[in-house]
Amino acid sequence: MFALVPLVMFTLVLVIPFAQGVFYTFTDWNGGSSFDSFVGLDNYIASFQDGDFWQSMGITLAYVAACLVLVNLVAFGLALLVTIPMRGVNGLRTAFFVPNLIGGVILGLIWQFLFGQAFVKLLPSIFNPNWLLDTTTAFWAMVIVTVWQMSGYMMIIYVTALMSIDPETMEASNLDGASGLKALLFIKIPLIAQAFTISLFLTLRNAFMAYDVNLALTGGGPFRSTELISLRVFTEAFGFGNFDTGQAQAVLMFILVALAAVTQVAVAKRFEVQR
Amino acid sequence: MNPVKRTRVFLLLMAIVLAVLYAFPFVLVILNSLKDRVQVIQDPLGWPTEWKWSNFTEAIDKMDFWQALGNSLFITIVSVVLVVITSAGLAYYLQRARTRTANTIFLVLVASMIVPFQALMLPFVSFFGANGLGWSFNQLTLSIFYVGFGVALSTFLYHGFISNIPFDLDEAAAIDGAGPFRTFMTVIFPLLGPVTATVSIINALWIWNDYLLPSIVLDDTSEKTLPLRTFVFFGQYTSDYGLAMAGLLLAMFPIVIFYFIMQRKIIAGISAGAVK
Repeated sequence: MFALVPLVMFTLVLVIPFAQGVFYTFTDWNGGSSFDSFVGLDNYIASFQDGDFWQSMGITLAYVAACLVLVNLVAFGLALLVTIPMRGVNGLRTAFFVPNLIGGVILGLIWQFLFGQAFVKLLPSIFNPNWLLDTTTAFWAMVIVTVWQMSGYMMIIYVTALMSIDPETMEASNLDGASGLKALLFIKIPLIAQAFTISLFLTLRNAFMAYDVNLALTGGGPFRSTELISLRVFTEAFGFGNFDTGQAQAVLMFILVALAAVTQVAVAKRFEVQR
Repeated sequence: MNPVKRTRVFLLLMAIVLAVLYAFPFVLVILNSLKDRVQVIQDPLGWPTEWKWSNFTEAIDKMDFWQALGNSLFITIVSVVLVVITSAGLAYYLQRARTRTANTIFLVLVASMIVPFQALMLPFVSFFGANGLGWSFNQLTLSIFYVGFGVALSTFLYHGFISNIPFDLDEAAAIDGAGPFRTFMTVIFPLLGPVTATVSIINALWIWNDYLLPSIVLDDTSEKTLPLRTFVFFGQYTSDYGLAMAGLLLAMFPIVIFYFIMQRKIIAGISAGAVK
C-alpha cells in the first residue's frame, strides 16, 4: 500500500507525461489531449531548421561548459581554503554557502538590480554600460550569478571529501617529500576523484536545466541572445503556441542531457582511484 | 613569522576577501531596502539618508507576504511529509522484496532522475488539465505532484540505508506477530532517522525554492508561493527599487533563518545526499 501510492504518482507525473511527450513529437499536437495526424519527423526537422533553436543550443552548451569549469574551480578553491584548520572557518563556509539556499528567481532579481543600478555606478569602467543589455556580457553575467549560486554547494561536497582523507596519508606523503602543490596534485586530487565526478555531474545537470536565474536575470534577452534551452522550450510552447515543436525541442534537450551525463560519468570513472 | 604561518595568514585574508565578495550583493540589498525610490537610483551604493522602514510594511502588503509565506510553508511541509513517508515505504518494499520487478522499478526510478522537467512539462499540463484527467490545480494537488517528482531521489537515498539494516530485525518482528506494515512503522522507520533528516532537508530546500512547477500549477493569486510573488516588484517599468529590495529581503528571510537554526543538519544532509 505504502509502496503503491508513490509508484502511482511517479507513473502519473513522470512516466506517462514523458511517454506521451515523446509520442506527441511525431504528431501535430497542439497542447490539448489529442492530435489530428501523424507528421513523422516533421517537428524535429522544423527544430533543426529553426535558427533560434540552434542559437539556444549553442548558448546552452557554452553556458554549461563555462559553468562546469568555473563553478568547480571556484568551489574546489574555496574548499581548500575552508579546510585549513583555523578559527572562523565555519563563518566563511556559511558566507560561501548562503547564496545556494535562496531560489534562483530571487537571486536573478537581485542581480538584475545589481547589474542595472549598482555596479554601473560602483565600477563604471567595467560595468558601464549595463552588462545585461549587451549580448556577450549578459551571457557572462549569467555565468557569474550561477557560479556565485552553485559554488557553495559544490564546495560542501569537496570539503566532505577533503576531510575524509586520512591525515596519516598526508603525513606519509609529506615525509616522502611531497608537500604543498605536489601533495595537492598527486595525492589529494586523485584521492577525492569521486567528489569531482559527483560535482561535475550535478553542475552539468543543473546547468542544462537552468531556468530560474535565466528567467529572472535576463529573461533571455537582449534579443533572445541568452535564452537557454529550458526557457526556449517554454517560450516556444506557451509563448507561441507551438506545442509540437516545443516538445520536440524538449526531447532533444533530454537526449543531450542524457548523453552528456553518461559520457561525463564514464570518463570520470576512469580517473577515480580504485580502492 | 615563519613561512608556514605567513602563508596561513595570507590564505585567511584571501578567504575573508572572498567571503566579503560573496556577501556583498546581500549587503547592497539590505542597504537599498531602506532607501526611498529617488535615492536608490541616484546613490545605490551609499548609506540611506533617511531610513525608510515603511518599504517593508508596504512590501508586505504588496506581495501579500503573510499569505505567500503560509502557502509556501503549507506546500513545503505537506509535500515533504508525504515524500518522506511514501518513499521510505517504497524503498523498504523494494529493498526487501528482492524480486525482478522490484529491481526493475528501482532501476527505472534511478534512471528517471536524469529526465529534465521541461521534457515532460507540456504533456504533464495537458494530461492533468481540463482536457485530460481534469484535476483541479491547487496547493494540494501541487503537493501530490511533488511526491511523484521527489520519490525517485528520496527512495534512492532510503534504499541505500535500508540495505544496511539486518534482516534479522524483520524476522524478529514477524515472530512477535507484526505484519509487514507494522514492522515498517514500528521497527524500521524509527531506525531511519539520519536519512529522514537528509531526505527532508533536500526536498524542503528544493520545494521551497521551486519556481517552474508552481508557476504552471498555481493560477490563483491567493495560492501563490513566495518565489512567485517576488515578481510583483519587477514589471516592465520597475520604478521603486527600494520597495523591491525590501520585498526580496522578506522573501529570503525565512529560509536564511531556517538555515541558521538547522545549519549543521543541512550541511550534513547535503554532503550525505550528494555522496550517494
